[in-house]
Amino acid sequence: MMRLLSLVLLLFATSGIAQARLTIEITGGVEGAQPIAVVPFGRLDGAQPGADLASIIAADLARTGRFKPMPPRDMLMTPHRAEEIDFREWELLATNNLVIGEIRPAASGGYRIDYSLFDVFGGKQLLSSSLQSNEQSLRLSAHRMADAIYEKLTGDPGVFSTRIAYVTSVGRGTPNERVTLRVADADGFNPQTIVDSPDPIMSPAWSPDGRKLAYVSFEHRQSAIYIQELATGRRTKIASYPGINGSPAFSPDGARLAMTLSKDGNAEIYVMDLGSRQLTRLTDHYAIDTEPAWSPDGGTLYFTSDRGGHPQIYRIPANGGAAERVSFEGDYNAAAEVAPNSRALVLVTRTAGRFHIALDQLGSTTRRLLSPGPLDESPSFAPNGSMVIYASQNNGRGVLAVTPIAGGSGQRLTQDVGEVREPAWSPFLR
Amino acid sequence: MKKPLFILLASLILTPLLSGCPTTPTQSDTGLTGEELDAMGGGYDSATTAGVDAYSRSPLEDPSSPLYQRVIYFGYDTSAIDPKYANLLRAHADYLARTADASVVLEGHTDERGTREYNLALGDRRADAVRQFLVTEGVPAQKIRTLSYGEERPAEVGHSERAYSLSRRVELVY
Repeated sequence: MMRLLSLVLLLFATSGIAQARLTIEITGGVEGAQPIAVVPFGRLDGAQPGADLASIIAADLARTGRFKPMPPRDMLMTPHRAEEIDFREWELLATNNLVIGEIRPAASGGYRIDYSLFDVFGGKQLLSSSLQSNEQSLRLSAHRMADAIYEKLTGDPGVFSTRIAYVTSVGRGTPNERVTLRVADADGFNPQTIVDSPDPIMSPAWSPDGRKLAYVSFEHRQSAIYIQELATGRRTKIASYPGINGSPAFSPDGARLAMTLSKDGNAEIYVMDLGSRQLTRLTDHYAIDTEPAWSPDGGTLYFTSDRGGHPQIYRIPANGGAAERVSFEGDYNAAAEVAPNSRALVLVTRTAGRFHIALDQLGSTTRRLLSPGPLDESPSFAPNGSMVIYASQNNGRGVLAVTPIAGGSGQRLTQDVGEVREPAWSPFLR
Repeated sequence: MKKPLFILLASLILTPLLSGCPTTPTQSDTGLTGEELDAMGGGYDSATTAGVDAYSRSPLEDPSSPLYQRVIYFGYDTSAIDPKYANLLRAHADYLARTADASVVLEGHTDERGTREYNLALGDRRADAVRQFLVTEGVPAQKIRTLSYGEERPAEVGHSERAYSLSRRVELVY
């Protein structure tokens, strides 16, 4: 059943700019979600943190659709330390797991946070840890705790402390259109403007260290690829050749940038060594070759080509060689990205005139549609490979959607004004 | 971009005076040779005094001139130029070839269906098809720049066939 849970969230940009607000809804059923209780953290020695750590952790876990946190008002007790827990109480409330914690001022300034995770029915501690934080990084600290809890309970690393880059457009189709490249936390909080322009911005791509974004901008009626440092805003123009400057993709080691250029006649794949700025041309075909995507080992580039008459996915050795077709089902397959475990591709496919996100197992003909269409595009894997974020349409408006690879409930991210598109999920940020 | 207009205006106004030949404003610019246009360059300053009326006689601004139409449209997922645009493009080629300082940016566009970067390449291919047509018709390649916007700048926002067919286009921007 596809019940729409308008669970969670809120959230206002720190800047207070109305158009910077993102809202996340959980879509789909939550049957089979594991009950868990995240008890409001104890505040010691006059600590007055500006964020409710337990509610942030609970919201993170709820958004995955795999957990159903207990509302604090249903909790009969609020333990903060292991010795205060009465497991029988929590068994009666039928909660599988329990998270407790405390926050106190640290001697060195900021806060010290201690937290623990328990298996209620086994009566045992699964995780106990502590971390340093400060007023500005309380949300990040909560996301890191949620990451650790999620990993302990599912075996997969959590991605709550990662970020998402996306492009927004306000006033599309009017002379006053503003296009903005933003980065926000994975829960939509803390949106940060990277670049704002009256001209189109496209194809944001993360550096593997999560500190830079490459993107395509059309400032001054020229297309160009830029690389911009997020912390400083400093940016470098990487490519501004005649014709297309598009599809930037960092190699997994961060030393090279794959891109599409048409300076030599038509759209071809090139790889630039970012140290020397030297370009190597990888494809040479009168057809369109574009949308390069690296394999996680950096040895192969997957790309879109219509050399067979329709767009299909091909691959080519990253150091050059012969191209080999890898997608065969349907007559429109494009914009592939390789799963972090290298076993699958996520891509855009057209079926009966509708564009869906699909998951193709590499080395087999197994395909699964991950999205309903009709205009879904720009898929990007979460760094743990458990979810895909993509651009979609809702009531004719551009929105983002997140779907778990394993199935189950998804998320929809909307901006209160204008459109959101071209999501790119960051790598793990350490 | 203003200068070629003024030169052309200067040509239209001054040619009858200088050469005595019976060129009238209703004739298209094809009534002038490239040499005549070049020769008119010296009349640039006097043309500026010709005023707004003369300005409106630029064929680019004249609704009855084929040069007034500066958008051509394409079928779905194709960069083939519809033969019905051949005369229109020849008129532009003629103008570009004969007008010393004229240059054009060919902006390629697509509808929203399909991936953004593939559409960027498709828009590039459309602009390049028009570029090749103009070059074949005698326009020096250095007078032409192509710029694909892919699906980023739709002519009409929406998900209708009408919006799609209006958006699949190349615009000739002088």
